[in-house]
Amino acid sequence: MAVSTLGQPKRAKSLVNRFKPGDWVFTTLAGAAAAIVALVIVGLFWQLFAQSREAIGHAGIGFVTSTTWDPSHETFGVLAFVAGTVITSVFALVFATIIAVLVALFLVEIAPQRVARPVSYLVELLAAIPSVVYGLWGIFVMGVFIRDHFGPVVTSTLGWIPVFDGTPLITGLFSACIILTIMILPTVMAVSRDVIAAVPSSQREGILALGATRWEAIRIAVLPYARSGVMGAAILGLARAVGETLAVTLVIGNSVKLPENIFSPAYTMASVIANQFPEATGLHRSALLEVALLLLVITFFINVVARLLVWRVTKGQRAMVQE
Amino acid sequence: MTANTNVPGSGDLSPLVRSDFLYRRRRMMDRAMTLAMVGAAIAAVIPLFLILFYLVKEGVPGLSLEFFTADPNRPGREGGGVHNAIVGSGIMVGLALLMGVPVAIGAGIFLSEYGQNRAGSVVRFIIEVMAGIPSITIGLFVYGLVVLRQGHFSGFAGALALAIILVPIIARITEEMLLLVPRSLREASYALGAPRWKTVLRVVLPTAMPGIVTGVMLGLSRIAGEAAPLLFTALGNQFYTTDISTPMDSLPRRIYYYATGPYDYWHEQAWAMSLVLVAIILVISLVVRTLFGSRVTVRQ
Repeated sequence: MAVSTLGQPKRAKSLVNRFKPGDWVFTTLAGAAAAIVALVIVGLFWQLFAQSREAIGHAGIGFVTSTTWDPSHETFGVLAFVAGTVITSVFALVFATIIAVLVALFLVEIAPQRVARPVSYLVELLAAIPSVVYGLWGIFVMGVFIRDHFGPVVTSTLGWIPVFDGTPLITGLFSACIILTIMILPTVMAVSRDVIAAVPSSQREGILALGATRWEAIRIAVLPYARSGVMGAAILGLARAVGETLAVTLVIGNSVKLPENIFSPAYTMASVIANQFPEATGLHRSALLEVALLLLVITFFINVVARLLVWRVTKGQRAMVQE
Repeated sequence: MTANTNVPGSGDLSPLVRSDFLYRRRRMMDRAMTLAMVGAAIAAVIPLFLILFYLVKEGVPGLSLEFFTADPNRPGREGGGVHNAIVGSGIMVGLALLMGVPVAIGAGIFLSEYGQNRAGSVVRFIIEVMAGIPSITIGLFVYGLVVLRQGHFSGFAGALALAIILVPIIARITEEMLLLVPRSLREASYALGAPRWKTVLRVVLPTAMPGIVTGVMLGLSRIAGEAAPLLFTALGNQFYTTDISTPMDSLPRRIYYYATGPYDYWHEQAWAMSLVLVAIILVISLVVRTLFGSRVTVRQ
């Protein structure tokens, strides 16, 4: 880390190193604060594991291989929710990444400063809007539009493909896909922009001097250089999409069945928890906590991968304050 | 070849290149991709305007004095307001700040002043990963930790869940801001004989204070909009309460509740609450932006 020596003047250290009670107390307090943070993570895993043990013992491996979720018969299989999460998140990941990378390239490579700054700010503002507000807008504005205008167009043109052959409603898998795409766009865009901006200009200049067009410079010199960082950005977006709860709960239609087409009502792992937990008791509650544990493990893993990728590219420059 | 004269610099190229089919194709590709990039940028800002437009259009009619000062009527009876949710949100966010900020700043100090080693890297990594953990699982964690043990939902549990979400956000910004404090300032303090703790508390922290305040504001705007961690901790409450040991209402949670409800006037109030919430968050974001530029942004 380039900045790592800033906080610790080497010479001063020898003077400071003499034992001083004040220093000891202060260091301990700061260390304790950091330890609390680490403890919370451990506690989080432990708590969810302890509470879902009942369900883990009851359903065993069938929990993740069965698509039947029937609390009244104490049958708990989460595959349908996993499918819902995977479909919505991957859809959002693909489309948000394509758009976000194009926007990031526009901001870094094309737009002059006075255009790039406001555009970048406006896209980032999308990240400031609360999840419930997305959900509200998703139902009453976007959902209605999908049911009345967009959905019919899709079914009439692409209806011969089974996946698109459904009845567009206000809520459903497709609404959740779109809302998630919008929600993770700012995250992917901001990180992509930072890693693309971190590509040394000598890379671009070299290939431009050889007579490349601007797009060729981007394709040959910029994108390969920024690739793993952009991948990190996309995976960070994926983690957000997987864990997103209320907006999805409001627009996905809430059905425990495996979705048949892109307009079917469905559930994601997070939304089934939000929707069923308040009424759940006993084994049902424990099973929902097992869903939460699964969700936690998945997002934790995705986040670790994303952080490592982004860190490798920005090489500890800490280009981003957040995300 | 009239089209060629539009291309900047094409006059310098030899006629041979200008007529080259390959060159034309490359240039077409360049133009198409430029268009795609501009198009993507336009497409990316459209949702924001659509959301803000509908917030104003649907939300403004619901705003009234009663909306801010009255508590909700029983379901089905029109009128009433969301006074209890506004107060509840205020109390829980305030309490979350009280609990979360000291820990976050402590962790930030640890990272910047004592964290340039293996332990620091581990904590830094945990904090970054923690920022990406779904808030609903944090709600369930606090449910098991507090609600189950006490046997009832409470505003305190809600505040604790919000505090846990708050900590990684503020800790990261605090570390960044402390590292920005010039080394010469620290050295000057050491040269005067100040011990390390005094240097941090009296010299480094005050210098970085505007940045840390920014971090706190960003954290505040993030947790003010969170409903998922409150569902199973603070629950919600039809009535006005300031007692943190009872279930407590909050704006995001009431938006969620009203959005799924059957009454039109609930939907209108949900829009109005969203408008108020987004307005608060955007104002904070604008203030932070004007003070600190583009390095820090509000994120939900």
